[in-house]
Amino acid sequence: MSKHLKFLTALAFGVAAAGLVAAGPASAKVEGDTIIIGSAISFTGKYSTNGIHAKNGYDLGVKRVNEMGGVKVGGKVYKLKIKYYDDESTPLRTAQLAERLIKQDGIKYILGPYSSATTKAMAPITEKYKIPMVEAEGASRSLFTQGYKYIFAVLSTSEQYLASSIALAAEMAKKAGKKPSDVRVAMAFENDPFSLDVRAGVMDDIKKFGMKIVIDDKLPRDLADMSATLTKVKALKPDLLVISGHSKGAATAARQIKELKIDVPMIAITHCEAAKIVKLFGAATNDFLCPTQWAETLSYKGKYFGTAAEYDKLFKATYDGYRNVPYQAAQASAAVLVWKDAFERANSFDTEKLRQALSETNMKTFYGDIRFAPEGNNIAKPMVLRQIQDGKFNVVAPSKWASHKVNWPRTVPGM
Amino acid sequence: MNTRLRRTLPYAGLLIAGIAAPFLFPDYTFQFTVLWVMILFALTWDILGGQMGYNSLGNIAFFGVGMYICAVVQIGLYYDVAQYTASYGAVKVEFTADQYFTGLAVGLIAAGLGAMVFSIILGWVVFGLRGPYFAIGTLGVALSAGELTGAWDYVGGGGGIALPIYPGEPDDRSLFFYVLSFTLTIILFFLLRWIYLGRFGLAANAIRDDEEKAEGMGIHTMRYKTVGWAIAAFFLGISGALFGNMIGFIEPLEVAFPTVTFGLFMVVMCLLGGRGTLWGPVIGATLFHTFKEVTWIYLLGWQWVALGALIVVSVVFFQQGIVGWVKEKWPEKFGIAVDDRALAETDPDLDEAPSQRLRRQTEAAQ
Amino acid sequence: MLDNIALLGIAPLLNVQLLLDGLFIGAIFVLAAYGLALVWGVMNVKNLAQGDFVMMGGYIAFVMTKLGIHPIFGLPVAIVFMFGFGWVVYRVIIYRVIGKDLFTSLLATFGMAIVIQQLLNLIFSPDVMVAESGFAIRSYLGGMVTVADIKLISFLLATVLATLVITFMKYSRMGQAIRATAQDPRAARVMGIDTERVYAFTFALNAAICGAAGVLISMIWVLQPFFGMTYSIRAFVIVTAAGLGNLPGVIIAGLGLGAVEQFAGFILGAELQQFTVVGLLVAILVWRQIQLRRHRQVVR
Repeated sequence: MSKHLKFLTALAFGVAAAGLVAAGPASAKVEGDTIIIGSAISFTGKYSTNGIHAKNGYDLGVKRVNEMGGVKVGGKVYKLKIKYYDDESTPLRTAQLAERLIKQDGIKYILGPYSSATTKAMAPITEKYKIPMVEAEGASRSLFTQGYKYIFAVLSTSEQYLASSIALAAEMAKKAGKKPSDVRVAMAFENDPFSLDVRAGVMDDIKKFGMKIVIDDKLPRDLADMSATLTKVKALKPDLLVISGHSKGAATAARQIKELKIDVPMIAITHCEAAKIVKLFGAATNDFLCPTQWAETLSYKGKYFGTAAEYDKLFKATYDGYRNVPYQAAQASAAVLVWKDAFERANSFDTEKLRQALSETNMKTFYGDIRFAPEGNNIAKPMVLRQIQDGKFNVVAPSKWASHKVNWPRTVPGM
Repeated sequence: MNTRLRRTLPYAGLLIAGIAAPFLFPDYTFQFTVLWVMILFALTWDILGGQMGYNSLGNIAFFGVGMYICAVVQIGLYYDVAQYTASYGAVKVEFTADQYFTGLAVGLIAAGLGAMVFSIILGWVVFGLRGPYFAIGTLGVALSAGELTGAWDYVGGGGGIALPIYPGEPDDRSLFFYVLSFTLTIILFFLLRWIYLGRFGLAANAIRDDEEKAEGMGIHTMRYKTVGWAIAAFFLGISGALFGNMIGFIEPLEVAFPTVTFGLFMVVMCLLGGRGTLWGPVIGATLFHTFKEVTWIYLLGWQWVALGALIVVSVVFFQQGIVGWVKEKWPEKFGIAVDDRALAETDPDLDEAPSQRLRRQTEAAQ
Repeated sequence: MLDNIALLGIAPLLNVQLLLDGLFIGAIFVLAAYGLALVWGVMNVKNLAQGDFVMMGGYIAFVMTKLGIHPIFGLPVAIVFMFGFGWVVYRVIIYRVIGKDLFTSLLATFGMAIVIQQLLNLIFSPDVMVAESGFAIRSYLGGMVTVADIKLISFLLATVLATLVITFMKYSRMGQAIRATAQDPRAARVMGIDTERVYAFTFALNAAICGAAGVLISMIWVLQPFFGMTYSIRAFVIVTAAGLGNLPGVIIAGLGLGAVEQFAGFILGAELQQFTVVGLLVAILVWRQIQLRRHRQVVR
């Protein structure tokens, strides 16, 4: 072994140690008059479209809270700040970043990542370190069956996403003089934790009504083509087509449904707003049903952003290029409000007191009511189903919130 | 005595650094754990890629196979796997500390052995491929392994599996996995040092230099290749099992079979450090991992661009790697008077015999 | 699975739909694969950034639509721009890896692929983008077969482009020089061919072909900065299946792969569509090897 090699090895390890340590400038949970909340979110990779929607939502929430006087804890006013890391849309990275936020950066308060898969990787770690996390983008119900105590989700869980579309299909069948059990359903879900969870919810409801599944395809992750599945749809003529595959899935589906002239009386797709399909494909998307966590037309109202419609306006004024505000952004802003509220009620920076305060959350916001079940999911807010009618998203179900009648069967101008 | 000391010093340094790291920087234990896994990646890739000239792009398959075998064993010992995965983790299964550690121990061994068996079967199929076709073939195997796992409902398909949760304190957990990864990598390192110095190392290099001739000399090339790959697979399998438990949630494409990230990173790390050497992969992995972590903090948004640029620069301008460069610069320090090895390492036609190259070129022109 | 096969029997026209969809997309695969075969065969560079060149072309078409120009006019723009881009990349990176071992080109282009997709991500955001042609969508054979005009047009354009490139390679001075260099670079140099220039031209030509393919993709599929890798892999599958320098083979393999993918997605379910592509690659390589073994035994 040579001297040079030895030196080199020593150097490599020295650089590594210095680098790894420098890689985490230790910042405390509260610095001066700033409360630092940590978040690992998808700036790159396949979830980054929605990751960035969520980040915009977080930023807008923080901006608003700071503008309106910040957070008062122990008689002192604090500003909020978020420390971001990029999780590259992979749970592999999330777990590392959770450790980094908590151990190296000393963060004590977490805002969730985007997507169920990454939240699933985050939750065991925050749980172990007893660090409360308010998350707005992980809807998988498996997050709330593990007995986690430090996770609080402002959104409705995933099995509710498309469940109302199944109920709607049953209702329509009855109206047409058929039995709900005659309804034939075609399903295409992306092969990822979130979509499979949505699928599990749909399956439960299908079983409840005794409907028949005629297609059950799982779409690959790097999804650019689903014409094989759609050709099957064309042949089998189901009564209901449900698709879930994040923004990419929605865009691909919308384009190919148009190009293959798929004629199904009812089509339900998740993530329509985030994929901006109306802007991209215009009239061809008419009468699609899109489940949403939130809609700007709902009559929700809260202290910080006013009504849902006012939030919508403010968001569009703050960020360019949004024709519809995706609910991913709205719920992210709501999560920030939940933190602010919890800090003030706990009147402390102690994580245990904060956890207690979070579990007692009961607030009305522009995003809807927020009240957590003991498992941590929000039980005060429904999921609504909107339909694209002449380029506008109108709430059609459930009937309590519906502002418009559902168009059934689906019609597309010029087809 | 002096030389002896000088010779053992780096090894001792490596050990001491490994033992001291979690105590000096307890908050960074997780980072260091990942670093050891990266070193393991680079070392295992080098067995075939560096020493034998068989450039596999699919070694990550063993990592994923080990991860899934371990998960299935850990859950399967106490619960019905299909039922566990069918609900995508919606059932809560409590594992006692006893069950956890038994499951993990059995799982780790099964992962290593399972990956090894997989490598032997696979080797029998792909070892006939040469040069680029071997690389592309193994890449195909790794990609298909990920896709197939994703379509297999028994292991949860694309929904993945949530692994049992470590029963102790979180800091203990980090240390526990650190110790396991560190021990595993160190065992691999000294095992490789031992076999490279012996007959295996010579035979491996003979295969790299000219496989036909090596065979002619009576070396059972197939046997050496299989053994080399089996060692790599065994360690990668265990590391996959450990990594899966560290992450706590596994799914096929991004965690278990990350072919275009970890799968290619292991090659880059090796090239960066200098392939075909014992220390090259260690140095390369350390620098690569550090670079990655630092840019992730200071160049948020541009980190991948920086990483891509690093790969291009290191591959294009720094062919022989760090150790190779040092060797070339000061050959006498390595006891090499005149040695063509450094030259051979940069020989363009290494992957193809001249006759093959000629045939390819004529084919191309037709 | 059996139901799906039965379905094809009951409604045979579905076969036509699947086949057409497969051929339309296969034609675009052919372009990317032909470019790869070219650089692989001529200069022994295995370009893993192939798919990312395709994506770049797609984004050029997307920019055209933003400027209010029909994306089809993106074709000449993409060809010219990507040709220049390819030339620059050759001058900066590729010429250093020619003649080096296999891994140098593979990894250098892998690094390039990362840089390109991340820059696209930074410029265009990771949103899914499309370029709308606005052409009609027609139904044939009693509505069972639906073909968007744009798919037909891009198929024709791909055919025209391929023909042009083949003619160019056969009859032009440069094409002849490229072929000569591929056969024997040293002899070509002796004969007064500037091989450096030939290499640069070949690589630039490949980038231009990929760019054109990208424009077509943008009009019939969707664009996303990270989709490049899937095209790279398909290009490798096709070239490996067809063998280097086997142009008719590349065309048949490309169209075949497009069709096989559609049928696999239909019969086995979409979750196995990707697997079919890579599984096919492995199967072909193993099959080759078995053939080779038999051949070796005969020699003995």
